[in-house]
Amino acid sequence: MIQKQKNFISSYRKLPPEFNIFLVLLGIALVFEILGWIFIGQSFLLNKRRLVIMILQVSVIGIIAVGVTQVIIMAGIDLSGGSLVALSAIVAASLAQNSTYTKAIYPHLTDLPFIVPVLAGIACGLFAGFISGSLIARTGIPPFIATLGMLVSARGAAAWYNNGKPVSFLGDDFTALGQGAWPVLIFLVVAAVFHILMRYTRYGKHTYAIGSNEEAARVAGINIVRHKIIVYSIAGALSGLAGVVTAARAMSAQAGMGMMYELDAISAAVIGGTSLFGGRGRIAGTLFGVLILGVISSGFVFMRIDAYYQDMVKGAIIVGAVIVDHYRNKKMRNKDKDT
Amino acid sequence: MNSEEKKIILKTEGLTKHYGGVKALHDADFTLADGEHVAIVGDNGAGKSTFIRQVTGVEIPTSGKIYFDGNLVNFKTPADAKKAGIEAVYQNLALADDLDVPSNIFLGQEETYFNLGPFSFLNENKMFKQSIDVLAKTGIKIPDIKITMNNMSGGQRQCVAISRSAGFASKLIIMDEPTAALGVQETKQVEKIIRSLKENGVPLIMISHNLRQVFNLVEKIWVFRQGQIVGCVETSKTDGNEIVSLITGVKQGVGEEASFI
Repeated sequence: MIQKQKNFISSYRKLPPEFNIFLVLLGIALVFEILGWIFIGQSFLLNKRRLVIMILQVSVIGIIAVGVTQVIIMAGIDLSGGSLVALSAIVAASLAQNSTYTKAIYPHLTDLPFIVPVLAGIACGLFAGFISGSLIARTGIPPFIATLGMLVSARGAAAWYNNGKPVSFLGDDFTALGQGAWPVLIFLVVAAVFHILMRYTRYGKHTYAIGSNEEAARVAGINIVRHKIIVYSIAGALSGLAGVVTAARAMSAQAGMGMMYELDAISAAVIGGTSLFGGRGRIAGTLFGVLILGVISSGFVFMRIDAYYQDMVKGAIIVGAVIVDHYRNKKMRNKDKDT
Repeated sequence: MNSEEKKIILKTEGLTKHYGGVKALHDADFTLADGEHVAIVGDNGAGKSTFIRQVTGVEIPTSGKIYFDGNLVNFKTPADAKKAGIEAVYQNLALADDLDVPSNIFLGQEETYFNLGPFSFLNENKMFKQSIDVLAKTGIKIPDIKITMNNMSGGQRQCVAISRSAGFASKLIIMDEPTAALGVQETKQVEKIIRSLKENGVPLIMISHNLRQVFNLVEKIWVFRQGQIVGCVETSKTDGNEIVSLITGVKQGVGEEASFI
């Protein structure tokens, strides 16, 4: 009997840290469910269409958030996600146009296999991430400034690329990537791959180590410059992939796409338990963070509340998540002092 | 071969480090024989830590030569020094607080299943088992090595930091103030580890402000003052007074009343 109890306690202790975030997600969903029955007279959760739309809407944010989570775990920040979505979307779309459209940007490069624009979009994001990462790692400027510069420049480049005009008439192979369950699938695969990389490989271990104590990582012989460039490049590449999916979903691309996505991605990471101080956080947590953002947006629409309120509440939630993280850190620091 | 002709493991010639106009270390000639345990003492700003940083590749010297294990070496990064066989325990502990004990012990030299560069999968089981062995070798007791460093006491953290360097087959171990922040019991534990290193013939350089500890543990004392090496004396042929007057540069300044040092 006692043995059984012990097992129960130890199995409870072994629950993944995401369990708390999952409870928050469940709580928020239930609040909307109850409010729904009281004020609207219908169920929030038992509506397959609503859930599908909700998950579809957040999967693009989710793809960016997977990259941003890694950057934040390394005690960095990436503000360029949204602009890279626009730039990559336009670059990918320009290579995905079909030949029936006579005014294609590259008249000789139409009807290409869909993999070409996909890779071009990802490469575009990767290159931008590489530039941000190199600047941060080699010059030592704060990541906030480097990626803020990228946020502005990439948006400018996106507008410059086709003189501010949208790019449309995209091939069916390409746009298929944005239809049906594809965006969700891409998001889940990306999240799973990077969760495994962060948890079980040298890459992940070094990312956590740099975020936890960069000096310790340096004297332990980790190549900090190279590692930072890799992490920012990956974050850029994932923003590029998000841009490809966005273009495919919208069946066109324009320079105003992805506005403020970076903030949603950072919010998702922070709500999902990633510490802005670095060293702590998991991709699985970000997955729930993304879902929480989705449930909130979808819930507000469901309750027919103005979108303005939604942004105000979202801002408050982000600040709340950072406050929780701040106190958790303070508690740990005090504990260090005691000993 | 008698002890006088022992192999030289580390030798520096004219090692100099200037930070802009500040001469943190000037023209340091230092030798260490294999298996020898020495201490570096000196006032704050005497150049002790600067000297260590040059030898371990954390910084690149302004000028001068470093010979390690018979070869002229030119460490560009701490990784180079590590590869050559120099392990260091730094004053600020240099631990990643959010990682557990095995991750810290193997930081930068993780065991993997097969090499895929940065994306190699870690062999966590092997690291876990080896960590237990390493900690056992140094006599350190940590109840659960899977908890993260920020949940540990200062003594446990220091012991992990030391066993990280002592655990690998290294040719030279350098410790910067190994017991500065520790209690009595924990200091004893660390001193025990240092003695076991001596028995195993692993050479050691230790920076310490604690002269009692220095006299108890090492056979030679190198004294630094204002960025220069001002003396090297054998522990058995000196006393606290001589060391203190070398440290301060005041020949007759310390009388009998200072003998408590």
